[in-house]
Amino acid sequence: MPKTFPIGGVHPPENKITADTAIELLPVPSSVVIPVSQHIGAPAAIIVNKGDYVKTGQKIAESKGFVSSNIHSSVSGKVNKIDSIIDTSGYKQTAVFIDVEGDEWVETIDRNSEIITEVRLSGEEIIKKCLESGIVGLGGATFPSHVKLTVPAGKKCDVLIINGVECEPYLTSDHRLMLEKGEEILTGVTILMKALKVGKALIGIENNKTDAINHLTKLATIFSGVTVHALKVKYPQGAEKQLIKALINREVPSGRLPLDVGTVVHNVGTAYAVYEAVQKNKPLFERVVTITGKSLSRPGNYLVRIGTPVSWLIEAAGGMPEDTGKIVSGGPLMGKAINNADVPVVKGTSGVILLPKDESERMEISRCIRCGKCIEACALNLEPYLLMTLSEKGLFEKAEHERITDCMECGSCSYICPAGRPLLDYIRLGKTAVMKMVRERNMK
Amino acid sequence: MSLTVLITIISLSLLALISSVILYFIAQKFKVFEDPRIDEVQAILPAANCGGCGFAGCRNFAEALVKAETFEGLNCPVGGATVMGSVAKLLGKEAPVVDPMVAVLLCNGSPEFRPRTSKYNGASDCRISHNLYIGETDCSYGCLGLADCVRACAFDAMYMNSETELPVIIDDKCVACGACVKACPRKIIELRKKAKKDRKIYVSCSNCEKGGPARRACKVTCIACGKCVKACEFDAITIENNLAYIDTNKCTFCRKCVTECPTSCIIEVNFPPRKPRIEVQAEVVNDNPNV
Repeated sequence: MPKTFPIGGVHPPENKITADTAIELLPVPSSVVIPVSQHIGAPAAIIVNKGDYVKTGQKIAESKGFVSSNIHSSVSGKVNKIDSIIDTSGYKQTAVFIDVEGDEWVETIDRNSEIITEVRLSGEEIIKKCLESGIVGLGGATFPSHVKLTVPAGKKCDVLIINGVECEPYLTSDHRLMLEKGEEILTGVTILMKALKVGKALIGIENNKTDAINHLTKLATIFSGVTVHALKVKYPQGAEKQLIKALINREVPSGRLPLDVGTVVHNVGTAYAVYEAVQKNKPLFERVVTITGKSLSRPGNYLVRIGTPVSWLIEAAGGMPEDTGKIVSGGPLMGKAINNADVPVVKGTSGVILLPKDESERMEISRCIRCGKCIEACALNLEPYLLMTLSEKGLFEKAEHERITDCMECGSCSYICPAGRPLLDYIRLGKTAVMKMVRERNMK
Repeated sequence: MSLTVLITIISLSLLALISSVILYFIAQKFKVFEDPRIDEVQAILPAANCGGCGFAGCRNFAEALVKAETFEGLNCPVGGATVMGSVAKLLGKEAPVVDPMVAVLLCNGSPEFRPRTSKYNGASDCRISHNLYIGETDCSYGCLGLADCVRACAFDAMYMNSETELPVIIDDKCVACGACVKACPRKIIELRKKAKKDRKIYVSCSNCEKGGPARRACKVTCIACGKCVKACEFDAITIENNLAYIDTNKCTFCRKCVTECPTSCIIEVNFPPRKPRIEVQAEVVNDNPNV
């Protein structure tokens, strides 16, 4: 019986249409738009000007503060303008517009495809390299990796967990990466282990990806301390706390971090990016994106330069189908619909899903029938129906007491609700209000 | 038989008498003194319980009025000067003159001027839409059109105009309680001083972006060009955060700024139609002897 987390969870139709499609290189578009805030934390400060010529891999924005990240140009060409755009978050933010001229890479990047498994850098150098290369968590949360690798004094990390779960339906970018870049990922894991000074790493993969499990298990025999574990398919297993519970049976308390139970979780995509940064000196300016949808003629997994417009990606996948009702950036459960097809691919874009009209509309909202399915589905033991009502009525103190801030917004409750109630919509609203309230209280 | 009845009546009457005596003393012991004027003041107040005064309902406000030494800062927007006047008379105090106010929507972005660039499919609640993304248009400041303000209004003074997709405030019904101002997550409803004949001149825009991006999102946005500031002879208009604002205390309703505004975001309400300037020319034409 494969392991899994004990409480809650749902199992939506997997729809992994692109699981057998090899990663393809997406041609560089004629222009890219690179937002300065592609990570959690302070937006980076732009260090280029209009008219400047930049090379592929050149730093164009510098991290501001500890929780922040560098941004690099993904193409070579001229900076056309610095303006505001609506990005995948749905809000306006500053971005650098670059017109592409050729593809001239920064000389220091090693473009040789030979795999280097020997890690020469020391732990501290690795962390510095991650910051310098703009590495952020590529699972979707985009938390700056160097912060996660820096273990604060007084805390101890004894095991590294690598997230190869990819529990969201449709997405296959991590799956393909594990199959095609297994050795690189495992080297990346070794690098992360060295930075964290741990001797053990566990890779968790859901057992709907048996080929990836077998492939990595075979490769892992030559990497000491790394083991691969099959997990039962259940959403939201890719969430940090759930994965930790499933793999090493430790429970992260409410409001605490994985480090408090002696572990750190990194995504396989991040491990690959770390490998490239440390061994090949290549900053994070491209990533694997799954472009998928039931009506799409050529869905697939593409290696995409950051800043490429989603429309360019759709074009490569056979053009926008007639019946498209919604374009979702990220997975169908945690992802966000985008305003228009011109928004750029950012570091956190793991996939783009084109949902047909009949699947993109919300259900008609009816009254709560008190079936309790949302409570059953919640992986954090919360009561979503209650949190929704409290948020709707503006009773935020009570919502705080009911631990609304624990919610990780996985959307299992909204997915399972037979009455089509907008549970997560209101919980998110309440969460924002409660967090604001707590911040104000702490200020006093 | 009759004896049983008699005993019952007597014993029960005795019991009632004793209990009433006990209850009387208890009531005396735990008596709470309440100013009788609170009831009188409450009777004068409009009993709308809207919270527009800042207190939790009319009773709470009545208590505050009776306790207060002066009426400074205490006002019932619903009752206005008449109610406050009679309360002041009853309590032997003076009610400060408070200008009547009215709610005004600072956005004029109907679909005609502010094209919808996406479709919102979530819960019909402005707060959620505001929390989620920029909104159905490219303006991150304007009305979201999901009627949180209309639902908040306890006086039926607002409704959604299906054509403009914007809320409409009925001046006669609006009591300026401020419920809509609080309900709006984008803070685009303002309480402005009521003028003679309900006339209004105001900048109907809340967009703080620079002219270019603001104009791209909406045709009737304030682009902070400053023309109105120059046109105003009374220094009533100021520009802050790329947005013009007309001070009701200084505005004389001359309407010069309205014609000056290149994006027509300054709105005049309840004015008689302007005299058409071509009238003079028409007379000249009539004087032509050839006709």
